[in-house]
Amino acid sequence: MNHLLRRHAPITDSGWRLIDDEAVARCTPALAARRVVDFSGPHGWEHSATNLGRTTALASAPSEGVSALQRRVLPLVELRADFSVSVGELRDHDRGALDPDLADLDAAAYRIAVAENAAVVHGWSDAAIAGIAEASPHEGPALADTVDAYPSPVAGAVELLLRQGIAGPYGLLLGREEYTRVIESAEHGGYPLLDHLHKILGGPIVWAPGVNGGVVLSLRGGDFLFEAGQDLAVGYERHDSDAVHLYLQESFSFVIATREAAVSLRPPARVTQRSRTPRSRQGDRRA
Amino acid sequence: MGFDQYHEPPGELPAATRTFARMCASLTEEAEAIGWYQQRLAVETDPEASAIMRDAQGEEFKHFSMALEFLLRRTPVWREIARGVLFRDGDIVERGEDAETATTSDAGSEGPAFGPDGSGSLGIGGLRGAER
Repeated sequence: MNHLLRRHAPITDSGWRLIDDEAVARCTPALAARRVVDFSGPHGWEHSATNLGRTTALASAPSEGVSALQRRVLPLVELRADFSVSVGELRDHDRGALDPDLADLDAAAYRIAVAENAAVVHGWSDAAIAGIAEASPHEGPALADTVDAYPSPVAGAVELLLRQGIAGPYGLLLGREEYTRVIESAEHGGYPLLDHLHKILGGPIVWAPGVNGGVVLSLRGGDFLFEAGQDLAVGYERHDSDAVHLYLQESFSFVIATREAAVSLRPPARVTQRSRTPRSRQGDRRA
Repeated sequence: MGFDQYHEPPGELPAATRTFARMCASLTEEAEAIGWYQQRLAVETDPEASAIMRDAQGEEFKHFSMALEFLLRRTPVWREIARGVLFRDGDIVERGEDAETATTSDAGSEGPAFGPDGSGSLGIGGLRGAER
C-alpha cells in the first residue's frame, strides 16, 4: 500500500473503478494546460524537485582555498481537492445502480483542473511558478469586445511570434467566457469563427477554465514543461457511517524555457479583471 | 505499418498506457534482435563479420536494458517483483515465486488495477493531441 492509503477505504473493486473512471472523465476535459505544453513524468510521489541547471554562489566555504556553489531547483507543489462519496451510493452501485451521485467528486475534479490551469497560465508566486501569460515579454493585444473582431488579435499574436522566429503550429487557450463566445459565433452570420481561428493558428483552440482572457503559444515543443511527480490520483482520508472522505491529488512543477514563445491576450474590457500574480524568478530557466 | 502494440482501441487508452505499450513493443523488438544476433554469431565464420555483429548485439543489450528500466520505473509492482529476481543468486523460479507472493499479497483491495502504472495515478498524463 502506498501513500494514498486506498486499501483502508470501505470501497469494493467495482466502487474504486467507478470513482477512478468518473475522476478521469471529469478531469480530462478541463485540464487545458496539458493540451498545449510538454509533459514529463509521472516521476512518482517521492520526486520533490525539478532540476533548473542553475547555481547560486555561496558566500562562504567550509575551509580556505575552495569555492562553493549551490544548485538551484524548483520544488514540486502538491494540489489536493477533497470530496466525499455517500456510503449508500457506493452500496447501491454495488447492487447495480446506474446513476450514482458523484457530484462532490465532479466538483473536486473541476476545482483541481482549474487550479492547475491557473498555475500554468497565470503563475503561482507562492510556489515560485511563473505563468505563461505573465512571463511573456510581448505586449499582447486585448481581445475585442465584439466577437467578430477576435481574429485580429489572434492573427496579430501569431504574426508577432513569427517575427520572433517562434515556429508553429500555435494553440489558443481561452477562458470560459471567451471560449463560449467563439463557439457560438459565425462571422457576419456565415463562416464559423472557431474554424477561422483554427486556420490562423494551425493548432487547437482549448476551453481553459481558470484562464483569464486568452493565450496564443507555440506548440513546437521545448518551450514549456509541466513536470508531474504523482499524476492525478484518488486517495483515502477517512470514513464514517455516512460517507467515505477521499481526495484528488497531484504534485507538479512548471518551467518556462522560452518566455517569448507565448502572447497573452487580455480579456475584453467589460470582463472582470482577475488579480495578476507577480512574475516569478526561479521558475524560468532563462531568468 | 499498423499499430500492433495496441490491443485495445488507441483512442480509448490513456496517454500513459499508450506510452507503456510502445515501450513494451520496443522491449520485445530488442529481445528479438538479441536472439537473432546470437544465432548469426553461432554460424558466422568470418572473424571480422563476427566482431561487427558482436558490437551490434551489445547495442541491443543496452537498448533492452534501458527499455526495461523505463517500464520498471513506471510500474512499481513489476519493479518490486523484479527486485526479488534480478541480480540475485539461488534458484530463479523460487526467487520469482517468493517475490510475487511478497509483492501481490500487499496489493489487495486498492482497486482493480490500482492505476494503469501501478502507482495509483489515474493515468491521465500529457494531453497534447488528445481529443476532448
